[in-house]
Amino acid sequence: MTAATETGHPSVLAKAVREGIFAGVISFLMFLLFVGIETYQDINNALVWRTRWGLLAIFVLVAAVGRFLTVGFIKPHLDQRKLAKAKSGVLEISESKSFFHRHFLKIALIFLLVYPFLSLLIVGKQGSLKYVDNFGIQILIYVMLAWGLNIVVGLAGLLDLGYVAFYAVGAYSYALLSSYFGFSFWLLLPMSGILAALWGVILGFPVLRLRGDYLAIVTLAFGEIIRLVLINWTDVTKGTFGISGIAKASFFGIWSFDTGSASSFVKAWGLSPSSVYYKIFLFYIILALCMLTAYVTIQLRRMPIGRAWEALREDEIACRSLGINTVTTKLTAFATGAMFGGFAGAFFATRQGFVSPESFVFLESAVILAIVVLGGMGSLTGIAIAAMVMVGGTEVLREMSFLKVVFGPDFTPELYRMLLFGLAMIIVMLFKPRGFVGSREPTAFLKERRAVSGSFTKEGHG
Amino acid sequence: MALGTTTMTNDTILKVEHLSMKFGGLMAINDLSLEARRGEITALIGPNGAGKTTVFNCITGFYKPTMGMLTLQRRDGKEFLLERLRDFEIPKLAGVARTFQNIRLFSGLTVLENLLVAQHNALMKASGYTLLGLLGFPTYRRAVDASIEKAKYWLDKADLTDRADDPAGDLPYGAQRRLEIARAMCTGPELLCLDEPAAGLNPRESAALNTLLHQIRDEGVSILLIEHDMSVVMQISDHVVVLEYGQKISDGSPDHVKNDPRVIAAYLGVEDDEVEEVIAVELEGGNH
Repeated sequence: MTAATETGHPSVLAKAVREGIFAGVISFLMFLLFVGIETYQDINNALVWRTRWGLLAIFVLVAAVGRFLTVGFIKPHLDQRKLAKAKSGVLEISESKSFFHRHFLKIALIFLLVYPFLSLLIVGKQGSLKYVDNFGIQILIYVMLAWGLNIVVGLAGLLDLGYVAFYAVGAYSYALLSSYFGFSFWLLLPMSGILAALWGVILGFPVLRLRGDYLAIVTLAFGEIIRLVLINWTDVTKGTFGISGIAKASFFGIWSFDTGSASSFVKAWGLSPSSVYYKIFLFYIILALCMLTAYVTIQLRRMPIGRAWEALREDEIACRSLGINTVTTKLTAFATGAMFGGFAGAFFATRQGFVSPESFVFLESAVILAIVVLGGMGSLTGIAIAAMVMVGGTEVLREMSFLKVVFGPDFTPELYRMLLFGLAMIIVMLFKPRGFVGSREPTAFLKERRAVSGSFTKEGHG
Repeated sequence: MALGTTTMTNDTILKVEHLSMKFGGLMAINDLSLEARRGEITALIGPNGAGKTTVFNCITGFYKPTMGMLTLQRRDGKEFLLERLRDFEIPKLAGVARTFQNIRLFSGLTVLENLLVAQHNALMKASGYTLLGLLGFPTYRRAVDASIEKAKYWLDKADLTDRADDPAGDLPYGAQRRLEIARAMCTGPELLCLDEPAAGLNPRESAALNTLLHQIRDEGVSILLIEHDMSVVMQISDHVVVLEYGQKISDGSPDHVKNDPRVIAAYLGVEDDEVEEVIAVELEGGNH
C-alpha cells in the first residue's frame, strides 16, 4: 500500500474520486427501493412502510469508498507488482522458493503425525475430542475420498457424480458383515475395498460406452440407486433406521477400545478412561489409509496403467490408435477409485458406529467432486488443501459467533454456512480456474522435471 | 487369428479386396481393391471427398467396412483380417499404426510421456499387468529403461530431443506432426498409415518430414499415406493409388499416375464428354 500511495498520481486520485462518487450514486439509485424502504405489517395487519436511511447510507458508503480505494490504490499497486514481476523475468520464481515451500510435504506430514498429541497438550482431553474428531478425522476422510475420486476424474477424466455409492458400499459392507458375522475391522477393511471395487466394475461395464454429460448422469443415477436400495431393502439394511452398534476397531486385535472389555486399551496402559484415545487411534488409521492412497496413486501414475489413464483423459481416440484397450483401462480406473472409496466407507462405519442412507446423499458426491476440482484435478497436494479448506472451513463457519457483532444478535452462522461456502468457491474458481494446483507433474523426464502448465492438460470428455 | 485362406506373396503387406463402405445411403467407398507392398511408400491420393480417410479408418479399425476383406501379412507370415479385429487390437496384434489428419497428441503430457504411452502394451506385459511393477521387479525396470531408449531413438530421428520434457501441446505445428509419427513408430508397427502428414507444413518442415519418412522406410517399415501435396507424393512414394468418388481410377508408379488422363481429369476437372474423348485417345494410343 505504501508503494501505491507514493505513486498516487493526482490524475489517478481524481479519477478515483470521480468513480467513487459515480459508484455511490448508482448504488444509491439501486438500493433506494430495496434497502432504503421497508414494508411491514402493523397491528391491524395493514401493509405500511418505513424508511431505513442509515442502512442505505452504509450500502452507499461501502460502494463509494470501495470503488475509490480499488481505483485509487489497489489497482495501481497490483499493476506495479505485475510490472515488477515481468521486469525481473521468469527465472526468479523457481529460484526464490522458501524453505517452507520446498519442504512443504515433509512439514505437513510431521505436523499431521504430532497433531493429536499437540491438541491433547494444548486443549486437554475433552477439548481435543473436537480437534481430533471433527477436524482431523473428518478432513482426512474427505482427503481420502477425494484422492480416490481423483483417480477416476482427475487422472482418467471420467466424470463420476455417484462416487458416494462406493463409499456407501464400503460402509455397509463393514456394518453388515461385522454385525451379522462378527468379523473384525482388520479383516473387513480390505474386504470392503474389494467389494466396492467389484461394484466399480459392475458400474463400469454398462457406462463405458457413454461419455461426458451422459456418463455423469448415469453415474449420478447409480449413486441414487444404491441409496434407494439401502433405504428399501429393510430386511437387511434396516432402511432409514440405519445400522447402529457397529463394532469398534481394535488395536490390531491386541487391545480393545470397548470400556467393559477385559483387554481394554485404557486398562492395559493404566490410563484414565476417555474416548479420546480411540479417536486418536482412528486418526492414525485414517492417516495411514490416506498415505496408502497417496502412495498407490503416485506409484500408479508412473506405471503404464497410470499413463494410459492420463492419456485417456487427453485423447481417447489416439489411445485406441496406439493399441490401448480403453475398456479395461477405464474399468481399472473405476475399480481403483471405488476401492479407496470402499476403504473410506469401512472406516467411516467404524468411526461413527452407525450408518444410515442419510450419510450417502448426492450432496456428498458433489462435495467430494468439488474438492477434486477446487484442488486441481490430478494434484494430490492441491486436493488435500482443498479438502482442508472446504471441510475444515464449514466446521469453522459453525463457530463464527463473532459474526453476530457485525450482523446483529439474530444472525445464526450455521444457517449461512453453505452460502459463505458457495461464495468462497466461486471466488476461488474465478482467480484459480484450474484449482489450487493447476499444473501437472510429468511422470518421466530426460533432463529435468518441469511441471506442465494447466493450460495444456485437458479435463477429459467422460 | 492366423488365416491362410488368401494367397499373398511375402512382399505384399496389405491387401484390400472389394472394400465397400456405406454411410446410410451414401456410398463412400465402392468396391475398392488395392495392395501395398512391403518396404514401399504407397500413397493414396484423390480429390476432396474421394474417400481416402474412410479407407484409412477401415484399415485401422475405426470403421467397420460394409463389405470387403482387408488382409495384413506380418513379416513372420502371420495373416490378420483387419475387419475382424477390434480397433485397439489392430496396432497391438497386426502392427498397424496411424496418425490423424487433425493432430491427436496427448497435449498435457510431455513429449517423452507421449512416446512412453505408445509403448503401453509392451510395458504392461513387462510390469505383469501392474502387479510386478508395483513390487519393483527387475524385469520391469529393464523394460522401462528399454522403453526410454526406444523413445530417445525416435526423439533423435524426429529431431525433438531438445524438447523431450516440454508438454506436447507447446510444440510448434511441424514438430507436433513429427512427434505424432514418432509416437506411432514407438508402437513398433510394420505398416504406418499417415493421414496427410504434410498438411500445413512450410517447405523446410516438409523437407524434414520427407527425410524422416525415408528413414522409416529404410528400417523396413512400410508406409501408406494420404497426401494432397503433389510434390510430396511424387517425390517420396514408390506406388500411387488414385481414388475418386470412392473408386480407384488409377494405380501405378508416380510417373504413370501423373500422366494418366483420368487422374488429370479428376484433379483439373474436365467436361464429361471430354473425358470420353481423352480416354478414347489414350486407348487408341495403346492400340498402336
